[in-house]
Amino acid sequence: MTETSKSPDENQEEHIPAMQSLLDNPFLLLFLGVAMPAVFYIVWGIMEIVTIPVAP
Amino acid sequence: MTSFMPPADRFWWKVPVGRQEIVWILIALTWCLIMFFMMPYWHIYGKQNLSNEAYQTTPAKFGAKVQEGIDQNKVGEEAGLPIIHPPAGSDVYMLARLWQWWPILELEKNKTYRLHLSSMDWQHGFSVQPININMQVVPGYEMVLTVTPDQAGEYGVVCNEYCGIGHHTMVGKIYVKE
Amino acid sequence: MAQFRTCPDTGLYFHKSAESLIKANAVAAAVALLVAGILALLVVLTRWQAVHLLPADQFYMALTAHGIDALIFWIIFFEMAVLYVASSTLLRCRLATPAWGWVQFLLMLIGAVMTNVAIFQGSSSVMMTSYVPMQAAPHFYLGLILFAVGALIGCFIFFGTLVVAKQEKTYDGSIPLVTFGAVTAAIIAVFTIASGAIILIPTFLWSIGYIAHIDAEMYRVVWWGLGHSSQQINVAAHVAIWYLIAGLVFGARPMSEKVSRTAYLLYILFLQLACAHHILVDPGISSEWKVFNTSYAMYLAVLASLIHGLTVPGSIEVAQRGKGFNNGLFEWLRKAPWENPVFSSMFISLVVFGFLGGITGVVMGTEQINLIIHNTIYVPAHFHATVAVGTTMAFMGVTYFLIPVLFRRQMILPGLAKIQPYLFGGGMTIMVLFMLGAGTLGVSRRHWDMDFTGAALGFDYPGMAYTLMGIGAFGGVIGVLGGGAFLLITVGSLVFGKKLEPSAGLLQSFGLPLAASCYSNQRPETLPRAAPLPVEGHGSSSFEAPGTFVLAMVLLVSFIVYYFINWKYLASVWPLS
Repeated sequence: MTETSKSPDENQEEHIPAMQSLLDNPFLLLFLGVAMPAVFYIVWGIMEIVTIPVAP
Repeated sequence: MTSFMPPADRFWWKVPVGRQEIVWILIALTWCLIMFFMMPYWHIYGKQNLSNEAYQTTPAKFGAKVQEGIDQNKVGEEAGLPIIHPPAGSDVYMLARLWQWWPILELEKNKTYRLHLSSMDWQHGFSVQPININMQVVPGYEMVLTVTPDQAGEYGVVCNEYCGIGHHTMVGKIYVKE
Repeated sequence: MAQFRTCPDTGLYFHKSAESLIKANAVAAAVALLVAGILALLVVLTRWQAVHLLPADQFYMALTAHGIDALIFWIIFFEMAVLYVASSTLLRCRLATPAWGWVQFLLMLIGAVMTNVAIFQGSSSVMMTSYVPMQAAPHFYLGLILFAVGALIGCFIFFGTLVVAKQEKTYDGSIPLVTFGAVTAAIIAVFTIASGAIILIPTFLWSIGYIAHIDAEMYRVVWWGLGHSSQQINVAAHVAIWYLIAGLVFGARPMSEKVSRTAYLLYILFLQLACAHHILVDPGISSEWKVFNTSYAMYLAVLASLIHGLTVPGSIEVAQRGKGFNNGLFEWLRKAPWENPVFSSMFISLVVFGFLGGITGVVMGTEQINLIIHNTIYVPAHFHATVAVGTTMAFMGVTYFLIPVLFRRQMILPGLAKIQPYLFGGGMTIMVLFMLGAGTLGVSRRHWDMDFTGAALGFDYPGMAYTLMGIGAFGGVIGVLGGGAFLLITVGSLVFGKKLEPSAGLLQSFGLPLAASCYSNQRPETLPRAAPLPVEGHGSSSFEAPGTFVLAMVLLVSFIVYYFINWKYLASVWPLS
């Protein structure tokens, strides 16, 4: 493990690319990772079941 | 040694990606899209698809329809189970229960039938062997398969969803006549 | 005051409380693996029709316990250890709320024991899936609920530790890639456990009579949000371990942080949609839902796996070439440390997961192809390639690394340890291949008797099905021996291995911290960023890892051929619409 000099870019935090800030934010990722399957798999799936017609 | 250390570059997102990775990602993405489009393609051009036609039902309601089918189309018996020979193109009802597929079907080759399946009790698996067609049979739901047996012969209907101690004795029959 | 010790061999920092929790969870995982392995032998010897060891009731009981102990308890206990390593140890950070860590451990332990008791009492042989309306004893569900609550607490301790590490600036820059992989696993775990809560709590209430009816189809959809996602936690976790082992053994650095992390992002967004693979031949769910979800939104999560499949071995190749193994396409691979079980376990995990687990998973998860595969023994063959080889061997590999580092014991039986990965991996691969074949012939999963003894109407499988099941079972027996060897070596090392520090006694192997003198109150140095690469390495326009590229193309071609073979097979069955 190597020694690095104190980063000169500490004051440039605001220049971090948007995608990198997304990937550095575990809670935003947590929200996305739960919302996606909750909507597309669970909610949509339950709607499919609920709308199955009753047998004639 | 960096997989367990922070990236060397503070702005690692801006580090250019090597040509090898880009080429591989493009090849892999192409393959993924081909696989994706195969499913809609098969819905249009393929012959083995599910219509997903289904109804909410109850064991009593579905059982009555099965009995009606037996009353109208019964042609014989085998091992205590009725054999029915429904007219081509008609609605055919078959139920799953511990541990039977009821009744036995006699179908004609290359004729199309609307096969209705449901369970009277637990979940079962409708597995036609040796042709190897497999469906989930769920209590409370009536599934409709539009099926055209195109090979004559004797087929076993094996239950392939675990349904208790007698699971392995749950075998039904479908005869496909020339 | 948080106390840390430094591993003299690796320089890793262990927070005292985290260290004990890692050990406790890892040991609990090993116990679950032991139980699962013994049951595996019984299951395998029963499905070997010529042996047909257990009677039907005991077979279904053993199969239920095997599934739950292997797929849930072994894996998730170990994943708790992985989460603590990836947060506290790798980030040099104190574990957030260690007391809650013990709540996590105890709840999971009580839950695991309770569910096992329910199963072995005999009234809960309902399989891992416990499909309603088949009913298990109430404490079967309650145990699973407690276990899940414990695991959820573990996930939040992990996220809490990330917050602490960021606040206390224990690392410089972004979290390491391995920790990012663990973040992915933890996110998937939260969704998994939430789905489990939504369905298992009502099911528990139904089992004690408070709720009259659980809809069977609703149960299936929501339960698979638990059942399949729990296996996606494994994928995220074992890919992280591949990266970790590549770094530990070879000093490999990710070829591109951007590519690897984006691949993980695709997992976070899309991998869990794959739960829909289980619902493809269910009544009444539309093809739109099926196609969107089973393709994980156009196979973007498969793309992610294909990316990891290139970048993990690719990073090893680059590191090996840097050391001078530059001859031809594959000298880097030939000269890899094949006798080091840390590496060989990881590499077998990678290859079998990709070639067998990954390809079969995508094939049978295709909406229409599932018609010829659903509930056949092809399905367990697939997930034994992904979980029993992919995940389990990655975890075995990292365990070999942790025995000296974490438990401070020298490994016993080094000769056996050299061959153990080949024994386990080889046996399981044989089992998987032949079970895939038997599944293609229509042999059912979860089925006691392929002779259908006692059935009113018979059916005869072709003789070949019996042969394939027999050879597969033989492979399974070898796999169980390999698994037994793993437990013998690891647990044996904890008990009999040479102590690497005078204070590393037996209890220290099972969760107690080492002697006080090993720890210091001094805060670890901030984890620095990795050393920068020489400039020419970045964004190279040449192929840095040509051997890996060739291997990746071999995988892709096998994938394409096998995929279309299955469409051809599907085209031969009765027309359906």
